Amino acid sequence: MARVLVGVKRVIDYAVKIRVKPDKSGVVTDGVKHSMNPFDEIAVEEAVRLKEQKIANEIIAVSCGPQQSQDVLRTALAMGADKAIHVEVAGAEYETLQPIHVSKILAKIAQNEKVDLVIVGKQAIDDDCNQTAQMTAGFLDWPQATYASKIEKKDDHIVVKREIDGGLETIKCKIPAVISADLRLNEPRYATLPNIMKAKKKPLTKITPKDLGVDVSPRIQIVKVEEPPVRQAGSIIPDVDTLVTKLKEKGHA
Amino acid sequence: MATIQKLTRDLLRSNWGTRLFSAQTTKDSPIGINFAFSDTDKEIQDVARKFSREEIIPVAAHYDKTGEYPYDLLKKAWSLGIINGTIPEHCGGLNNSSVTSCLIDEELAYGCTGIATAINSSGLGQAPLIISGTKEQQKKYLGRLIEEPLVSSFCLTEPGTGSDAAAIKTKAEKKGDEWVINGQKMWITNAGVANWYFVLARTDNDPKASIGKAFTGFIVERNTPGITPGRKEWNMGQRASDTRGITFEDVRVPKENVLGEVGGGFKIVMKTFDYTRPSVAASCTGLAQRCLDEASKYSTERKTFGVPICQHQAVAMMLADMAVAVELSRLSSLKSAWEYDMGLKNTYIASIAKYYAADMVNQVASNAVQIFGGNGYNSEYPVEKLMRDAKIFQIYEGTSQIQSLIISRCVIDRAKQLA
Repeated sequence: MARVLVGVKRVIDYAVKIRVKPDKSGVVTDGVKHSMNPFDEIAVEEAVRLKEQKIANEIIAVSCGPQQSQDVLRTALAMGADKAIHVEVAGAEYETLQPIHVSKILAKIAQNEKVDLVIVGKQAIDDDCNQTAQMTAGFLDWPQATYASKIEKKDDHIVVKREIDGGLETIKCKIPAVISADLRLNEPRYATLPNIMKAKKKPLTKITPKDLGVDVSPRIQIVKVEEPPVRQAGSIIPDVDTLVTKLKEKGHA
Repeated sequence: MATIQKLTRDLLRSNWGTRLFSAQTTKDSPIGINFAFSDTDKEIQDVARKFSREEIIPVAAHYDKTGEYPYDLLKKAWSLGIINGTIPEHCGGLNNSSVTSCLIDEELAYGCTGIATAINSSGLGQAPLIISGTKEQQKKYLGRLIEEPLVSSFCLTEPGTGSDAAAIKTKAEKKGDEWVINGQKMWITNAGVANWYFVLARTDNDPKASIGKAFTGFIVERNTPGITPGRKEWNMGQRASDTRGITFEDVRVPKENVLGEVGGGFKIVMKTFDYTRPSVAASCTGLAQRCLDEASKYSTERKTFGVPICQHQAVAMMLADMAVAVELSRLSSLKSAWEYDMGLKNTYIASIAKYYAADMVNQVASNAVQIFGGNGYNSEYPVEKLMRDAKIFQIYEGTSQIQSLIISRCVIDRAKQLA
């Protein structure tokens, strides 16, 4: 029976239209709906399914961020995680928190909690980094199975179907391992109301990166955040000949 | 804070304040008033919202056109625990507060009030049992709804009665250990799909008997011989909801199924409305919010005279009026729910909430159609349905006129006390 660690990040909800702050220091987060990163939801769902198949016996959810990160941890608990760890990183430190920091934190917790599998979303929809799984595997010196679209347990190893350009790749990998969840791995369940109530009684501990001996001081400085350029208005042309002429003028043909 | 809690305790009605603090909706607030929802309520609201947006909205037009009963959605909502939330814990329920119910009802109504009524109006049938059922009755009939995706139904109205509830003619006569019910009910939601009914019947033949003593509430199993639900009524709106007449012909009910005291039925019904009207007002709020969202979105897309119509003041001001109605409906429904949860007598504010929210949602829906113009009148667009769905709110669970009457009586009572 495996112990599973899942990373869950609190991000701006996928349905929200992102706005940049007037001073270009970042995006507007105040009063904006946040939810669990959708790929992390898939990671939690997979962990819960592993538990339902009796492959896993305990699921630990971890989130790094400000106090509100506990919201997504509660969602993970309501979906079926057994306990939650909130690694508090707030204020300016959180703004410059990078996958390398989070990977160190996850690796450390994975060791402390003696887990067999780490499952995270392949990327967060806010920064699109797609680095955490890979770097966590690096710090732990464990094998990695990224972009998973199917996970099967066989004796002492797992078989993972990976989504790669133009197809699927099947790999066999030893446990312990780090997995990153891709879109088609599963469809996450809704948290049920009874489970939301039960989740209130599950343990949620708060620690700091310092407690884990991880230095989260910034490696980068945010210089500027800009909106994508507004799409230029098109124009209607009378016929194909004009189109060809215009394309030639612009050097496209 | 301690003083406030003591004050609230002092204000408690002694007889049925058992739900007090069952779900705290407040965090410590230095001001003594607090509009923040608990974390749990926010999570519940999220689930209900997600369910409404992802499961109800895509199929709402289908159920409106066909009038089918939405069994699939009922099953899904049941498995998520979105419905039956106020059932007590000893029957396997969540014992949700009235405030929590309002949050859920608003979200479901946002998706479709027809579907919301179909899957959620079982709560109206459950309420009399929650209020005055014995532990055994609760366990047997409410517990069943938790174990299986079944619904109950509330049978009060008759062909000749609506607002004049005391004119009920359905009779129950005691014969040995049984009661025999005869009569007809009309406009009964869930009549064709319910597993059991709450039925109010006259048990005192003396025409001079007071309302408070003439009627008794019964729990009646659907499969009892002599029960015949009528055809599904084709209504103006909320078409997914199953509305029918029912005939009771020598329907024999064991005496264990009398709810509360013999003769005490009318009081149970009145208490039921104190309990359900906040939720009905919340449903109005959900529908009004939907109208506002649809209309405001459309107003930024549709152009006339070279600009989006939201830039015309005539349209912008309609949107503002709609927003005011949404916010005030929500506030009044939540206040009436909160008073219920605190164990206070909420009849006055519950009627205000129901009266205001039901009237306003009709105005808001009509405005939404107006903003959509010709498209609003067409069923390819969502708002004509919203307007049809809105009307019933001024009629069911006490018409607007009855709410107005209840409010005026409270005002006059108070004036007499002051005199």
